[in-house]
Amino acid sequence: MKMITSQPTIEKEGEPIVKVEGLTKTFDGKVMAVDGISFEVKQGEIFGFLGPNGAGKSTTINMLTTLLPPTSGKAEVCGFDVHKHPNEVRRNVGVVPQDYTADEDMTGYENILLCGDLYGLPRSDSKPHANELLQLVELQDAAKRKVSTFSGGMRRRLELACGLINYPKLLFLDEPTLGLDVQTRAAVWKYIRQLKQDYNMTLFMTTHYLEEADGLCDRIAIIDHGHIIKIGTPDELKASVGGDVIVLGVKEAEPDISSDISKIDLVKGVTKTGNDYRIKADAGEEASPQIIDLIRSKGMHVMKISLTKPTLDEAYLELTGRTLREEETNRWAMMSQRRTMRTARS
Amino acid sequence: MAEKVEPAIKEATTQDSALEKPTPAAVTQVMSRPSPKLNTSPTHGLWALTNRDLKKWYTNPYQLIISLVQPVIWMGLFGKALNFTSFITSGAPPGVNTNAILQSFFGTTSYFSYLVCGMLIFIVLFSSTFAGMSVVWDRRFGFMNKALTTPVSRGTVVMGKILQSVGRSIIQAVAVLLIGIVLGMETSNFTVLGIAGTFVVIFLVAMGLSGLFVMLSLRSTNWQTQMAIINLLNLPLLFASNALFPVKIMPSWLQDVVKVNPVSYAIDAIRQLLIGATGSYALWVDFSVVVGFAAFFSIVGIVMSWRLLSK
Repeated sequence: MKMITSQPTIEKEGEPIVKVEGLTKTFDGKVMAVDGISFEVKQGEIFGFLGPNGAGKSTTINMLTTLLPPTSGKAEVCGFDVHKHPNEVRRNVGVVPQDYTADEDMTGYENILLCGDLYGLPRSDSKPHANELLQLVELQDAAKRKVSTFSGGMRRRLELACGLINYPKLLFLDEPTLGLDVQTRAAVWKYIRQLKQDYNMTLFMTTHYLEEADGLCDRIAIIDHGHIIKIGTPDELKASVGGDVIVLGVKEAEPDISSDISKIDLVKGVTKTGNDYRIKADAGEEASPQIIDLIRSKGMHVMKISLTKPTLDEAYLELTGRTLREEETNRWAMMSQRRTMRTARS
Repeated sequence: MAEKVEPAIKEATTQDSALEKPTPAAVTQVMSRPSPKLNTSPTHGLWALTNRDLKKWYTNPYQLIISLVQPVIWMGLFGKALNFTSFITSGAPPGVNTNAILQSFFGTTSYFSYLVCGMLIFIVLFSSTFAGMSVVWDRRFGFMNKALTTPVSRGTVVMGKILQSVGRSIIQAVAVLLIGIVLGMETSNFTVLGIAGTFVVIFLVAMGLSGLFVMLSLRSTNWQTQMAIINLLNLPLLFASNALFPVKIMPSWLQDVVKVNPVSYAIDAIRQLLIGATGSYALWVDFSVVVGFAAFFSIVGIVMSWRLLSK
């Protein structure tokens, strides 16, 4: 009974609510899923973990939500060590898993109450709270229906409500909009913003949608192959790409004039793939005419040109060397993700 | 598919205006716990988890009816066709004490009653094997992980699975007993104590067997493997027991297997309690084995759950 004292230990704005130091997880002694990552999540922010499947996002979230014990390193959530005081962590955080976990044979309302029971909330507390949460995710009219009759979007919102039943200070969301249609995705984003603004909740989410990370997160950690490559605000990450990207298609594949192009002042880097030159430049609008002149002076012909201002996509490609579409992961994770997407679209 | 999504979105848009700016009063109401009077006992959530699984079953009576088909076929067709009582009484030359022969083989003169007692445990055995399947489904659909992110004890998760299976077994056993009586089971030796004792045995066996199968399923997310394990174990457990035939007519190597099969002891106890049959063992021996079996597998199941559910 002495463990009741799950009183908030951190209340000050800006104080870290998640502290991770050198967190590592190896499976079967050899597969490095997460390799010594360190980061902090501040109170009241939306923190995003961005990376392809198999990058270590879910493994990290599983360690922070006490599902997996870390191989080494330290993680503190809401002031409690995840390994030493897992139950304190569990009482203070809410989890919205990637899977659709609600029981199809029960109603939406019953599902939320079941979650409340698992947290040890007395029914006198969880019943009114469940109703409030159903209102928050706009499911009050469907609450008494069996979940098997719910659409994918309604189920996702129900998962969100279930994750909030224990009045969490920190909410973990694993791929909250995976496979959802545009409108439901917008609704989920609205709830997430609402939780942050109106309830001062901290949100930790993983995603592999760049526009989601860009539009929703206050800070993003880009993770790949178990390493955190960069942490920063979306703007900082975009700036780190270092300028605009010009892609030039030239009729003649040979000769390679990359070195000539890179001599232009504004140009910062050139890579050539086939007939295309991918050029990074500080002021793309000014650099491109100069480059075209150069190519013409060599007696070559410009077939196409595009100029891109930095986006998070560019930053991501720059930092990880690959696009989010090139994915590799294990079979079970893939099947589970496909199931989630199927359910989302039903 | 599209029309199913439609109402959800309409619902979302119509209430946008109302939810855009919640009043400050509502804010504090929703997200701060009125008083942190949490139930932190190690068994909290046990009933919630058990009831979740049982509810699937009692809200869908077809499952119960289908699960009863097999024992009914065994009792109605097998029990009536291969009725050893008429086999021996109608085939014996005049002057032979057929009752003494039946007694020596079955411990009672009614083979059908003998078989019904076996069927009571048969249904428990088949029902318990599926306790593991429900763990596999919960793992695959993520419910298990969701439960494990709550402060509910790992042991409680396993215990809930065991208890829901025990609950099903008991209800199915009641149904089998009633059907057996309708089909001609001898009831002259029924006593309140005997029936109560029978269900204590059923409870314990169901506990041990569910514990065993839940334990075997804890790491599995693959229901094919789980089905293979079920098929590997349940027929041998049934045939290498005294459920259908007397041990006396079995070859000695099989008799040794029967002796280590806890199912045999449970059936032996039920036959003594319910139809007053002469048992192979003393009642206290049967009970000790069954209690030991139940205690061993439920404790091992809970201990294993700590290890296996947190990897």
